[in-house]
Amino acid sequence: MLLSVNGHDAYAYTGGKSFNPALPTLVFIHGAQHDHSVWILQSRYLAHHGYGVLALDLPGHGRSGGAALESVEAIAAWVIAVLDAAGIAKAALIGHSMGSLVSLEIAGTQPARVTKIALIGTANPMRVSPELLNATRDDEALAQDMVNIWSHSTYAAKPSNPGPGFWIVGENLRLMQRIKPGVMHTDFVACNAYAKGRERAAAVACPALLVLGADDIMAHPKGARELQTDIAGQRTVLVKSCGHALMAEQPDAVLDALKGFLA
Amino acid sequence: MAAPKYPGFDTLALHAGAAPDPETGARATPIYLTTSFVFRDSDHAASLFNMERAGHVYSRISNPTTAVLEERIAALEGGVAGIATASGQAALHLGLATIAGAGSHVVASRALYGGSHNLLDYTLRRFGIDTTFVDPRDIDAWRAAIRPTTRVLFGETLGNPGLDVLNLPVLGQLALDHKVPLMVDSTFTTPYLLKPLDHGAHLIYHSATKFLCGHGTVIGGLLVDGGNFDWVASGKFPELTEPYDGFHGMVFAEESTVAPFALRARREGLRDFGATMNPMAAFQILQGVETLHLRMPRHVENARKIVEFLTRHPMVESVSYPELPEHPDYELAKTLLPKGCGAVFSFSIKGDRAAGRRFVESLKIFSHLANVGDARSLVIHPASTTHFRVATEMLEASGIREGTMRLSVGLEDPDDLIDDLTRGLKAAQKGA
Repeated sequence: MLLSVNGHDAYAYTGGKSFNPALPTLVFIHGAQHDHSVWILQSRYLAHHGYGVLALDLPGHGRSGGAALESVEAIAAWVIAVLDAAGIAKAALIGHSMGSLVSLEIAGTQPARVTKIALIGTANPMRVSPELLNATRDDEALAQDMVNIWSHSTYAAKPSNPGPGFWIVGENLRLMQRIKPGVMHTDFVACNAYAKGRERAAAVACPALLVLGADDIMAHPKGARELQTDIAGQRTVLVKSCGHALMAEQPDAVLDALKGFLA
Repeated sequence: MAAPKYPGFDTLALHAGAAPDPETGARATPIYLTTSFVFRDSDHAASLFNMERAGHVYSRISNPTTAVLEERIAALEGGVAGIATASGQAALHLGLATIAGAGSHVVASRALYGGSHNLLDYTLRRFGIDTTFVDPRDIDAWRAAIRPTTRVLFGETLGNPGLDVLNLPVLGQLALDHKVPLMVDSTFTTPYLLKPLDHGAHLIYHSATKFLCGHGTVIGGLLVDGGNFDWVASGKFPELTEPYDGFHGMVFAEESTVAPFALRARREGLRDFGATMNPMAAFQILQGVETLHLRMPRHVENARKIVEFLTRHPMVESVSYPELPEHPDYELAKTLLPKGCGAVFSFSIKGDRAAGRRFVESLKIFSHLANVGDARSLVIHPASTTHFRVATEMLEASGIREGTMRLSVGLEDPDDLIDDLTRGLKAAQKGA
């Protein structure tokens, strides 16, 4: 589905069926250097099980127009603009990595627009090492390799994603290679610079779920401790044998965590 | 901080896609000889059928053993997804049928395996898919042959029978300029010698029967989606970018940004054409792939020794191998194939068809048969087998002479192979 937001196309995958705003809305927000396709199984399932799904391509990513936005706060404002454009008053926000910070920012600042938040592969602060940050600026191919290698805990994830026969390491690399030059640095700077996490976490008034990969070295589970302390009543699911590419390495575990939380 | 690195080729050849079995601890990939897989409940069943969860339903569509092989070939090629098929021919058909239909056009190298030529020149024409064949070295001919209806450029990384080296960088760019993919048959090179995706190709297939299996035991094919072609930007592939009624209006390019081709090839092609690899064959091909990095250097080393021997033998008229300076693709081969030009090549002995027959019939180690890529050395005499009905002048138009032989050099002691060929050449000469 294409919406017009701030004068640009805003693309949302709707789960393989038409978006129905009368159903409870789920907004999926991808991470740095990604697009909606990282959510394909989870968003498709939930769209066929009673939810209206908007799995977004953020500005400058995938099929959405405009330039990549330079801060988590700016992305959050854009997501709200998407909700406005779609005529959605409230939605559950499901974010991965950078997208989890966007979800947190919205939940902490605009509680009236949020029913629930699910933060997947999250950490706060989401510091990026100087080596990686510099590589995103100076050598994107190297940066993509670094992120790709660090995002996977195994070279034999089963049952693979979106289905058997897919080599998810190659799939993730190709996806990152599709994103326009320069976006990667913008995204990682935004993650690294976001400083309002604790404040926003303390302001979260809706139910919150954290889904963490036990073997995640991009966003180590220890990096979520502040969020676990600061978000009142949050629940955490630790997914075993899973790195930062949670939705690809353990698609069923992520879906099952979301199903239980959203029900 | 040291930059992280991916596992090397040798490690991927053994581990990509396979981990110890979580139920039993089995270290080797188990052979899941089962047609079908039990659903946890009705919702699980429905979600598998509707592609909301990943998993196995029925072994025509996917199977855990076969999936390991599929992931492994994708990893070794640097691609995104693999699809295992009943044969190499099935892989070629699946690749073409996924993106071409009645009214579509293919531009293909004329230096093709005979089976591929038959499919394109006869069978697919019956289904409305037209092919123009071109000299693989004539880039202007490729360009001139492209039509608005062209959907793919296709050739072999090493052509048949003269080992024409496909100019992947130039043809890959030509394909992109015309918004179509370049598909290659990489059977003779395998990912050990050449990774076509690194040089401009977008789709790859193998007859896994050959070097990937490596032991002449099973028939199989593998199709790889490189994930590096933008089907949406092309605008020429509604099969991938518009709703497909055959799967509840699925738009494959929305489901997968990088590999809608692989999705449709499995969800339509394996489902409907059904030319699936069986898990026993997948297991045997996996066994071969696990030693590919050990076998291919030896195949090449033996081939080089035999090429050197043949070029100096007085009964040999010519040898066609791209590592020889007189081969038209000598320079290109140095760029694309620094590890070697494989172990299948042709040479011509002096003399007529009878001399050729005496040659093959006197060999004791080389087996006279119609296959390549076995651990054992193989030979075929086209003029008395595959082309036996073809007149001499027509043979020469195909680059084949009455004394042309095709060798597939195996893993035996190279001195024994040379002794065997010496015996054959002597026999050919005696009757002359």
